[in-house]
Amino acid sequence: MLKVLDSAVPVACWSCAVAHNDVTLFCPHCSKIQPPPGGDYFSVFGLEQRLDLDLAALEHEFHRLSRKVHPDRFARALENERQWSLADTALLNDAYRTLKDPLHRTEYLLKLQGAEIGEEHAGKDRKGQENLSRVPADLLEEVFELNMQLEEMRMAQKAGEADPDLQSSLEQAKRKFDGLQQEVDQDLRKQWQMWDEGDAVARKKAEKTMVALLDRRRYLSNLVRDVTETLGAE
Amino acid sequence: MAESNVSGRVVGIDLGTTNSLVAYMEGDAPVVIPGVDGSNLVPSVVALDPISAEGGRPTVTVGNSARKSLIQTPERVIYSVKRLMGRGLEEIQDELKMFPFRLADDVEAGEVPRIQLGELRFTPPEISAYVLRQLKRNAERFFGAPVTQAVITVPAYFNDAQRQATKDAGRMAGLEVLRLVNEPTAAALAYGLDRAKAGTIAVYDLGGGTFDISVLKLRDGIFEVQSTNGDTHLGGDDIDNLLLTIALDEIYAEHGVDLRGHPGAVQALRKAAIEAKIRLSTELSASFDIELPNGDRYQREIPRAVFELLIEPVLARTSGPCKQALADAGVTPEEIDEVVLVGGSTRIPAVRQLVDELFHLSARGKKPHIELNPDEVVALGAAVQADILAGASKSTEEMLLLDVTPLSLGIEALGGTVARIIQRNSTIPASATEHFTTGVDGQTNVAIHVVQGERELASDCRSLARFDLKGIPPMSAGMPRIEVRFLIDADGILQVSAREQRSGLAAEIEVKPTYGLTDEQVESMILDSFDHAEEDFAKRLLIESRLEAESILSKVAGAHKSPAWQQLTGEEQAAIRAAQDHLAQVNAGTDMTAIRNATLALDKATQRLAELMMDAAVSSALRGKTMNAAGEELEDAVTAPHPMAAAEFK
Repeated sequence: MLKVLDSAVPVACWSCAVAHNDVTLFCPHCSKIQPPPGGDYFSVFGLEQRLDLDLAALEHEFHRLSRKVHPDRFARALENERQWSLADTALLNDAYRTLKDPLHRTEYLLKLQGAEIGEEHAGKDRKGQENLSRVPADLLEEVFELNMQLEEMRMAQKAGEADPDLQSSLEQAKRKFDGLQQEVDQDLRKQWQMWDEGDAVARKKAEKTMVALLDRRRYLSNLVRDVTETLGAE
Repeated sequence: MAESNVSGRVVGIDLGTTNSLVAYMEGDAPVVIPGVDGSNLVPSVVALDPISAEGGRPTVTVGNSARKSLIQTPERVIYSVKRLMGRGLEEIQDELKMFPFRLADDVEAGEVPRIQLGELRFTPPEISAYVLRQLKRNAERFFGAPVTQAVITVPAYFNDAQRQATKDAGRMAGLEVLRLVNEPTAAALAYGLDRAKAGTIAVYDLGGGTFDISVLKLRDGIFEVQSTNGDTHLGGDDIDNLLLTIALDEIYAEHGVDLRGHPGAVQALRKAAIEAKIRLSTELSASFDIELPNGDRYQREIPRAVFELLIEPVLARTSGPCKQALADAGVTPEEIDEVVLVGGSTRIPAVRQLVDELFHLSARGKKPHIELNPDEVVALGAAVQADILAGASKSTEEMLLLDVTPLSLGIEALGGTVARIIQRNSTIPASATEHFTTGVDGQTNVAIHVVQGERELASDCRSLARFDLKGIPPMSAGMPRIEVRFLIDADGILQVSAREQRSGLAAEIEVKPTYGLTDEQVESMILDSFDHAEEDFAKRLLIESRLEAESILSKVAGAHKSPAWQQLTGEEQAAIRAAQDHLAQVNAGTDMTAIRNATLALDKATQRLAELMMDAAVSSALRGKTMNAAGEELEDAVTAPHPMAAAEFK
C-alpha cells in the first residue's frame, strides 16, 4: 500500500521558500504555520490509514498540535497566518472528531477506499416504518412488533395512561437491541484487524463486510434511540 | 495587510444582562477594574439624559447613574437589552410582555428591532455598545492609556446571530473583539488558573437573563469543553417577574389600583421585588412595603418556603439542559469531579439545593465551588483569555481553551427537512464541505438555506442565513459541482465560501442574514464616528468647564469667611459678588465659552483677595498668583474625579 506521506506533493513555504511535503502544518525549515495540507485525516496526526488506533496517543497528539496551531496563538499575527491557523485548526478538529469515534473512523476510512455509504442514511431514518425495506432480514419480525408497541406507548402517553406491561416489554426490547449493537461492535473490531493487517484482497473483503455491519449498526442505534426517547418522554 | 496593534492591553469584558464588568491580568492574577464610583459592577442600563443639549443629541448615561432615572423617566431608560440581541421581531414578543421595551413604531418584520428611547431609536447592539464604551472608558481611565482590544463573553448557548450582534456592539464601541468566549468556559478559566489539576468539571451558570451548563475536561492546562447546553432566556429576571406579577395582581385586587399603566411605579415595585429576592437568599422571610399612588400601602410578607415554591418551575427548567449536557459528554453525575457556580442567581439556596441533587454532590461529600464572586468570575476568566491571546505572559502560556459549538448546523434539504452538517458540541473551529448542483438546464443560481438547531424540520430550527450562489457557468442540469465550505470560527460564528469545481471558478456568494445588521449598518452606528466625535468632544469640554467653575465658586464662597474678605473695599466685594452670581448663572446653562469667560472674570475679580489671603497666610513667594492658584495651594487640591478618561484628550 502507498503511504500517504509518499503521495504528498512538494510545495514551497510561503515564508522561507524552502520546499516541503504538503502534509505538514508547520514548515520544517522555518517553523512558520502553513496553509491547510492536502492529506487525509490520518496524515494530520502523522498516521497511516488504520482502524485500530491508540486513542490515548491520539488525544495526546491532538492536544500537542492544538497548542501550536490554535487561533489563540495567532491572535496578533499577520492576517494570512491568522487565516491559516483558523483553517488548520478546523482541519485538526474535524480530523480528531472523526478519528476518535470508532464508527465515524470506520466510515471515513471506507469512504477513502471508495465504498458507497449512503449519506442519506445518516440521521434521517427516524421512523422505522418508512424504512422497512432496509430492515435486516433476521430482525424483520421483531422490528415490526417493536414499532407496534412504540406506537401504542405514544398513544398511551398522549392519553396520560401508564401501561407497566408495555413499559417493561419495551425496556426488554431495548436491552436486546443494545446487546445486538454490542455484537456488531465486536464484529467490527475483528474486521478492523483484518483490514489493518491484511493484504489487498483481505482488505477488499473486510471493507465489504464492514459496509454491511455499519448499515446494521446504524439501523440498530436508530431503533434504540426511538425506544429511549419514547420511554424517556414519560 | 492589517497587522494588529501589538502594543496595548487586551481587556476582558463580561457584557451581562444585569451588570457588566471589565477586568485585566495584573501579573498572574485577574483583577476587575472599578468605575468612577468605585463599583466593580456597571449596571447594564442605558439612559438618555432628560435635558436635550440645545437641539443636539441628548447625552447618554450608563450604569448606576442611568439606573437612577428608571423611576423618574422610565421611558428614557433601557435595561436587560441582552435579551433582544440578535433576535427578530417575531421572536421577542414574549420579552415585550414582561419588559418595558418600547419598539419604534416603524419596525417591520425582518428588520433588526429598534427601541424607542425618549425621542431616539436604537438597535440592541447600539445599546450594548454604550455599555461597552463605558467599560472601555473605565479601563482607559484606570490605565491612563487607550484600550482598543477586548475579549467579550457571551452565553455558551448563544446562536450565530446573537454572537454576531455582540461582536457588532464591540465594533460600534470602538473595540476590536479579539475573541468571544463562552461565559461558563471563562468561569472555568478563572478557577483553573491556580489549580493545575486534571478532572471533569461542570459549570452551572444562572445569570440575570441566561442559563448555561458546560462540561469540561481539564488536563495539563488544556480546557476541553465536552458539551454545553442551556437556555438563552432563563434567569434572575424571570424570578423578578414572578414576584412582580404577584405584587401587581394583589395591588389590583386589594387596593383597586392597576399599576401596569404606570411605568415608574412598576419600576419602583420591580426594585422592591429584586431587593426581596436578594434578602431571601440569607433570610427566611422578606417583606414588601410600598406606598401606592393613592396613598394606600401595599404590605406583603414572603416566607422563603413560599418563594421557593414560586420559583420551582423556573429552576426546574435548568434540569433538562444539565441532563442533556451530561449525556452529550458521555458522563454520569458521579463522574463530575467539581461543580462551579456562576451568576448572581446561584446565590439562591434553592438553586444550590437543585445543583446538589443534579450532580449528587453532598451524597459524595462534595460542595460546589463558590470561592470566586459569582458576579465577577466570568469577567476574571475573560481577562485570563485576554492574557492568553496577548501571548505575553508566563502565567497563561500553558493554557488553552478548546470550546464547542452549542447548536448543530444544518442545511434545508428537499421537503423542508434538515441535513445536519456540523453536529452540536463539535470542537470549534469546525468545518464541513458540501456539494451542490443545479436542477434545471442553464441554471446559474443556487440558493442554500442554513439553519441552527436540533429539530428535524428546517421550519422548527432557527434560520441563520440564506446564501445565494451566483454566477454558476450555464451547463446542463446536474453538471455543475459547487463545493461549499462551512466553517464555524473560534468565536462560534459561521463563515462560508464556495467554488464551482468543473470550471474552477470561485462562485459568488450573496449572504442574507436572517437576523442581524449589514456591515454598512454597523459602520454607520459606530458611536464615536466622525460626525459625533466633535459633538462628544464639545460635551467633554463643557463638563470640564463646569467642574472648573464649581471649583472656583466653592473656594470664593469659603473665602467670604476669611479675614482677608474684610480688608476689601465695598466696591471690590460687590464686584466679586456680581462675578460669582454671573458665573453661577451661566454654569447652569450649556454655553461652554460663557462658562469659561465667567470663570476667568471671577478669577480676575478675586485677584486682590487672593493676594491678601496669601499675605495673611504665608510668605511673599506666592505673591502675584490668582485666587484659583492660591486656593489650590492653600486648600486641598481639586480631587473631584475626572469624568472622562485622560487618554481621550489630545
